[in-house]
Amino acid sequence: MSLARKIALIAGTLAGLAALNYIFEYGFGDFQINPYYARIINLIGINITLAVSLNLINGLAGQFSIGHAGFMAVGGYTATYLTVYHGRAIAALAGSTPGDPLGGSIVMVPSLLAGAAAAAAAGLLVGIPSLRLKGDYLAIVTLGFSEIIRVIILNIPAVGGATGFTDAIPITNTFWIFAMAVMTIVITRNIAMSTFGRALFAIRSDEIAAEAMGINTTRYKVMAFVISAALAGIAGGLSGQLFANPLNPQNLNFVKSIEVIVMIVLGGIGSITGAVLGASILTVLPEALRTFDQEFPGLRMVIYALLLILLMIFRPQGLLGRRELSWAWLRPAKRRAVIE
Amino acid sequence: MLVTRDVTMRFGGLTAVKSLEMTVPRLALYGLIGPNGAGKTTVFNVLTGVYCPTEGEIEFDGTRIEKKKPYEITRLGAARTFQNIRLFADMSVVQNVMTAHHLRTSQMLPDAVLGTGRHHKEEKETHDRAMALLKIFNLEKFADEPATSLPYGSQRRLEIARALATEPKLLLLDEPAAGMNPQEALELMRLIRWLRDEMKLTILLVEHNMKVVMGICETIQVIDYGEEIAIGTPAEIQKNPKVIEAYLGGG
Amino acid sequence: MDTFLQQFINGLSLGAIYALIALGYTMVYGVLRLINFAHGDVYMLGAFAGYYLANAMNMDANPSIPGTIAVTLGAMAICAGIGILIERLAYRPVRHHSRLTSLITAIGVSLLLEYGGQVVFGATPRFFPQMIRSETYTLGGVQTTNQSLLIIVVAFVLMFGLEFIVHRTKMGKAMRAVSFNLPVARLMGINTDLVIAFTFALGSALAAVAGVLVALSIPRIDPLMGLMTGLKAFVAAVLGGIGNIPGAMLGGMLIGLMETWISATAYSTYRDAMAFAVLILILLFRPAGILGTSVTEKV
Repeated sequence: MSLARKIALIAGTLAGLAALNYIFEYGFGDFQINPYYARIINLIGINITLAVSLNLINGLAGQFSIGHAGFMAVGGYTATYLTVYHGRAIAALAGSTPGDPLGGSIVMVPSLLAGAAAAAAAGLLVGIPSLRLKGDYLAIVTLGFSEIIRVIILNIPAVGGATGFTDAIPITNTFWIFAMAVMTIVITRNIAMSTFGRALFAIRSDEIAAEAMGINTTRYKVMAFVISAALAGIAGGLSGQLFANPLNPQNLNFVKSIEVIVMIVLGGIGSITGAVLGASILTVLPEALRTFDQEFPGLRMVIYALLLILLMIFRPQGLLGRRELSWAWLRPAKRRAVIE
Repeated sequence: MLVTRDVTMRFGGLTAVKSLEMTVPRLALYGLIGPNGAGKTTVFNVLTGVYCPTEGEIEFDGTRIEKKKPYEITRLGAARTFQNIRLFADMSVVQNVMTAHHLRTSQMLPDAVLGTGRHHKEEKETHDRAMALLKIFNLEKFADEPATSLPYGSQRRLEIARALATEPKLLLLDEPAAGMNPQEALELMRLIRWLRDEMKLTILLVEHNMKVVMGICETIQVIDYGEEIAIGTPAEIQKNPKVIEAYLGGG
Repeated sequence: MDTFLQQFINGLSLGAIYALIALGYTMVYGVLRLINFAHGDVYMLGAFAGYYLANAMNMDANPSIPGTIAVTLGAMAICAGIGILIERLAYRPVRHHSRLTSLITAIGVSLLLEYGGQVVFGATPRFFPQMIRSETYTLGGVQTTNQSLLIIVVAFVLMFGLEFIVHRTKMGKAMRAVSFNLPVARLMGINTDLVIAFTFALGSALAAVAGVLVALSIPRIDPLMGLMTGLKAFVAAVLGGIGNIPGAMLGGMLIGLMETWISATAYSTYRDAMAFAVLILILLFRPAGILGTSVTEKV
């Protein structure tokens, strides 16, 4: 694809998303979107970013991390902090305020960049020591780091501590959510279809053989981890600055990490389309069960848990296994239905 | 090309390899044999960086490698195959070979993410190279099949093809004839000789199949209990009493 | 010095609880190489089982030692049964799958027990009836309650009992064989399914004791109490050397002591994070744990 065509494609996508955003906020003629549905769609977008980014390390590289909530937290809090404490100054440079749609978008750029950078740094810090470990141990260590991050944030009054970062300015909108979701998908897909993707699959398949074929496995695992963390940070920044959705350490815990894992497990670990599907289904499902949850608190998680167990027993490869819809470039694992 | 000096490998109280001295000249066909448990695979793993020797030095093409990691050693030009075939099961035949070529490409991650011209060019090159290698091994018609769907003998050949994709100067083969019938073993011998003669590779192999070893190796080193007990040409080794005793047991 | 001894006893008491739970983790890991994430929640179920039993026996009005023993044994039996059930229904079907699949399943069971507990028992905490009249002893400036001492004594007795089972009985020998090499143990004629079920039952029973004991001194119980405690007990097992029974006991004590010590300092809000920091340090510098032996993978 030539450069010109690529630019046209990107411009077209952005224009389309801007149009979508406009419709969400102001309607189209007589049509007004129900704000409840709009919110769900927005949440789907954020979860897609979370799921696809987690899939990069858990699915493509085969390294089991339960620490995604931690990176979401680091990125989210950094992004929100920047907006809250410096947003007005940044927007003023363009003669605007964060509350104004244009001003908000202007602030969003450095906000998300900061979030991504902070989360990437966290990913590096966590990844370098942890990725030497395998399987269960890696899972537990990432969980540990995630919890430590959470406890630290809990003890920082400037970002709200235990009550959450309620000072956040709601600059997130549909455009940004889906622009980032699309970017995440494109980045992950391009990596997967490249020589780097093959290196990751090799590591997933047989790390010792991968090393023997000249692949510096630690370096690739850390790279995937850092990219994954940065994208999770962006998702955090989007989430925390969404209207009436403040970041809260109580919600960015082990359970949140598990929720994202269920999304990719449902869709099929290793499949990007699967992650998108899983994220979508598991954003809509709890909403559909919300009335249930009102009457029986905790029932939503019970259903999650049952879903997880039954999936593992009867269909551990999830909905799509490692396949993607529409591209034949990843062959399905023909043998046993095992996630390795 | 490959020299070891006084290499010893200890695992806790067990000394698996003791003071091994080895000199593999360029373009040699060098065999390492010994009865079961003699330590051959340990030697192999020490040479390829899987273990760091407790004592001793290893020099490959002038560079000291005893402390280097496997991927560094492969980068220097020493590639290996595995006794229990370790193909990348979730990839196709051609992808397995393409993966091994990775270390010789120059593109950076942003190239892949942004889909630059350099990325596409190198992808095509890698694919073409891989197909060319597969053709040599008569595997090109299986290019897009899952690697593990091949019959056993073909999988072994694929492992060798994959190792070749790393553009090595030295090829270390860990029991390449394991599980092969006589016909396949003969093919293998022909292939190995071809690799040395035509592709100018130095070959070091560990093997149990005596026909293969005696048939193609020019120098054979015999070890037992981690120590060398004999070294020489196939003819010399076959007549060596110590070797005979090691294999058949004393008394 | 007095405060030091005071903290030491408190630490041992807390450590005993962690040790009892850690034993379950380590035994199951030993035979199945599985981190039984749900184990901490079995501890919680033990506390709740004890709660219902104690109330059924009207312990609040008549605290007594025999009653306490009955409640404890009852909780042990119930949890042993639950442990066997979990293994049979959730873990055995995925035993031949990859370890990651088993890990995810274990996480699923854990969440099921926690939130299922919330649905069944309600999220509001309950208060365990006082089964033994609380008494405080003072010995040379050191104050301690009979509950703390009881916890320590009971825990040690049980641990010695466990050592006896593992090293002096046929079943114990079978357990050790299975943890060494499961397929070969099966070939030797050992009924591995039975051994595994027994291991789960034993570990769960110990966790139940921990649940009842802890409720003696901290009567507040809720369905999520197993989460943090379980994770810390797991850290204890890893610290001592996962798969190693004396290691679990040692690790439990150490974690208990460290936590008590940190609670007394200015960093007490970081108390929970401390356990994770310990875990990370151990896995990075001595993954085999204090008493464990490392195994290198054959290439």
